Amino acid sequence: MSTLAVKSRLPVVKAKPARLHPLPLRIMHWINAVAIFIMIGSGWKIFNDDVILGWLHFPDWIVIGKWAQYGLQWHFFGMWIFVLNGIAYLSYGIATGRFRQKLFPITLRELFATIGDALRFRLTHDDLTVYNAVQKILYLGVILVGILIVITGLCLWKPVQFSELAALFYDFQTIRIIHFLCMAAIVGFILVHVTLALLVPQSLVAMITGGPVLHAKPVFVAAAPAPAVEPAPAIEPAAPAPAEPTPDSKP
Amino acid sequence: MSIRPRTPSLFRPNKPIDQNVLKQNRKLVETIDRRGVLRGTLTLGALTLLTGCDVSEEPAVQSALRAVSAWNDGVQSLLFRSNHLAPTFTPSQVVKPPRFNAYYDIADVRPVDGASWKLELAGRIADKRPWTAQQIYQLPEQELIIKHICVEGWDYIGQWSGPSLRAFLERVGADLTAKYVYCICNDDYTESIDMASALHPQTILATKYAGAPLADPFGFPLRLRTSTKLGYKNAKWIKAIEVTNDFRETFWSKQGFNWFAGI
Repeated sequence: MSTLAVKSRLPVVKAKPARLHPLPLRIMHWINAVAIFIMIGSGWKIFNDDVILGWLHFPDWIVIGKWAQYGLQWHFFGMWIFVLNGIAYLSYGIATGRFRQKLFPITLRELFATIGDALRFRLTHDDLTVYNAVQKILYLGVILVGILIVITGLCLWKPVQFSELAALFYDFQTIRIIHFLCMAAIVGFILVHVTLALLVPQSLVAMITGGPVLHAKPVFVAAAPAPAVEPAPAIEPAAPAPAEPTPDSKP
Repeated sequence: MSIRPRTPSLFRPNKPIDQNVLKQNRKLVETIDRRGVLRGTLTLGALTLLTGCDVSEEPAVQSALRAVSAWNDGVQSLLFRSNHLAPTFTPSQVVKPPRFNAYYDIADVRPVDGASWKLELAGRIADKRPWTAQQIYQLPEQELIIKHICVEGWDYIGQWSGPSLRAFLERVGADLTAKYVYCICNDDYTESIDMASALHPQTILATKYAGAPLADPFGFPLRLRTSTKLGYKNAKWIKAIEVTNDFRETFWSKQGFNWFAGI
């Protein structure tokens, strides 16, 4: 990008317009949607085999896998997609600064203001690029729940090999309950998330097309009063994302 | 486990249904089908219901899922820590009697006659002389107070004792570099475990529960108990042990459950 700017001598760097949801993010979002679908549907099948809540039995038509082994097969297949995609997403969000930019800071004042606006039906979504405090909390919360559901899942899968980790959660049945509650939280999130996406359809479209072009601050290259001996380094908007760490075989 | 094997049913006709019934009721059949498809597309289970049956059973899907399960076997053996001990518990935490589990009901257990029972040995074992229950019950015992974790999600603490499997395999001159220890049971059950798990310090041939000889439903006279596998890997009513390098599908793995089943 810097070479281009210097050569063209244009005051404004012309780059591919940055969109609200860059392509890698959109791909990861939809992979995650499929993974979550598989994990929840098959998880419900597994739950049915030994219910935690006596009154709760997921009906056959809603679960994935007609028999126990199919539910298990889907779950232990879906876990790879969910975990690998999740690692890629977290690395991307941290490396590009997206999390810092979109989700922080969350202030109490902003939170109360958002809740106030919501109660007075004054919440607007004219600018999709800025998240309100409730959105920030929900997105951050569901990321943390996603991490917890993977950790508890690992403890359920390998309570002996990872007995040190499992011991943090008291005992096996407690881990099951936490894993289950994480699922319930994610389902709750999805209900709100999908409802709001349908109420503000442009946000749904944005997750497919990329959404509005971000108004990047124009980068002036030749602003220096005298031509420098060496070409002035163009200001990079953000460091390029480092290559994804190769996820090893451990989930 | 919730596998229901196909049993002869009073309600399943011996003769196939006359196909003319379908022709006569074509309209009705079509409505039912359309409704099923509509419902299928509207539900979370849509993915598996679109065809009106479970897509997991489609040969291509099933072979892909089983390939992932086999990959998971490999991952689990890499994760396995051969000398890492599972948590143990105190005698006061032991559940008595143990929880029954099998693919059939407790009433259908066929007790083994301990007096005539013999443990056969096969495969890569130097001394293949069969063992009587008396001989096995005289071997030095090891006690384990460990959790039994079922693939379904339940668990309980049990107190098992009997000869260590490693000590037994060494005594009969088994090839400890072989890959699998395969158990054949008095019912038609089969189960095998990898050699690393067989040699784990918490793997025993259990003959007693809570200090008393095993009761019939729990595997008398001999069963496997290991702290590093799900419940179904712990074969009960063992009548033969084979040490082998050949991988063979076992009772549950044939039906699609994970073979390694480590915990």
